[in-house]
Amino acid sequence: MTAAGVPLSWYLALGGLLFMLGAAGFVFRRNIITMFMSVELMLNAANLTFVALAYRLDQVDGLVLAFFVMVVAAAEAAVGLAIILCVFRTRASLHIEEVQSLRD
Amino acid sequence: MDGILFLVFGGIAAICGLNVVLQRQPIASALSLVGVMGSLAMLYLLLGAQFIAAVQVIVYAGAVMVLFVMVIMLLNAGAERPGRGSLVAGLLGAPLLVGLLVAFSYVIFLAFPDPDPVRLGRFTKGGAAEAGRALFTRYLLPFELTSVLVLIAIMGAVVLAWREVRK
Repeated sequence: MTAAGVPLSWYLALGGLLFMLGAAGFVFRRNIITMFMSVELMLNAANLTFVALAYRLDQVDGLVLAFFVMVVAAAEAAVGLAIILCVFRTRASLHIEEVQSLRD
Repeated sequence: MDGILFLVFGGIAAICGLNVVLQRQPIASALSLVGVMGSLAMLYLLLGAQFIAAVQVIVYAGAVMVLFVMVIMLLNAGAERPGRGSLVAGLLGAPLLVGLLVAFSYVIFLAFPDPDPVRLGRFTKGGAAEAGRALFTRYLLPFELTSVLVLIAIMGAVVLAWREVRK
């Protein structure tokens, strides 16, 4: 840890920490929207790992993979939030324990 | 300078990430998530990936989080009620997660022992030109498939909203 920079492993460890926080949020939280945001946090952690390894291997492929992850995350957010809207309209609640049936 | 920037923005990312999980109001979690994404964009710049940093700010911190905040406001989502709570999860969850993180970090520091620090400017392939060339040559098929994926996502969102309108 000098002013010149930190080793690459620190970036990867930060990615691991963020992924763990996202996993903890997904498991422990009870609000559907917060659980969904925890998934986004995990995707961001994966992206940080991709970019760090692209730097390490000196290849552009990791950046392309991170780009694809972002596209998938955007599509997932659109569909997921539409599903959350439907769930809220039929149950008037965002609590995950009240969502136990796929039917209306 | 690079090290200081990593410590500052990595620290902001970690604290905001913790805040996402700990806040009870969804809107506070969403704003903390914007903080995580902004500081991650800064870390991408430090790693030399300017294109991904710009896309991170525009797509993630911009488009996706606006969608989240809009839904939170539309549904008027208040503070979350605590769940029933499982005894096993309460007792074992946090220790298991910390153990997972320790094991993960141990493997990382074992696999990447190189002490030479990350320097700004060593990775020169992070610009839009290089990323675009890779996207439109070697990754052309996956790139076109993502356009189909986005189209399906749009149709799915419209269908989900349409069903409610018809009733």
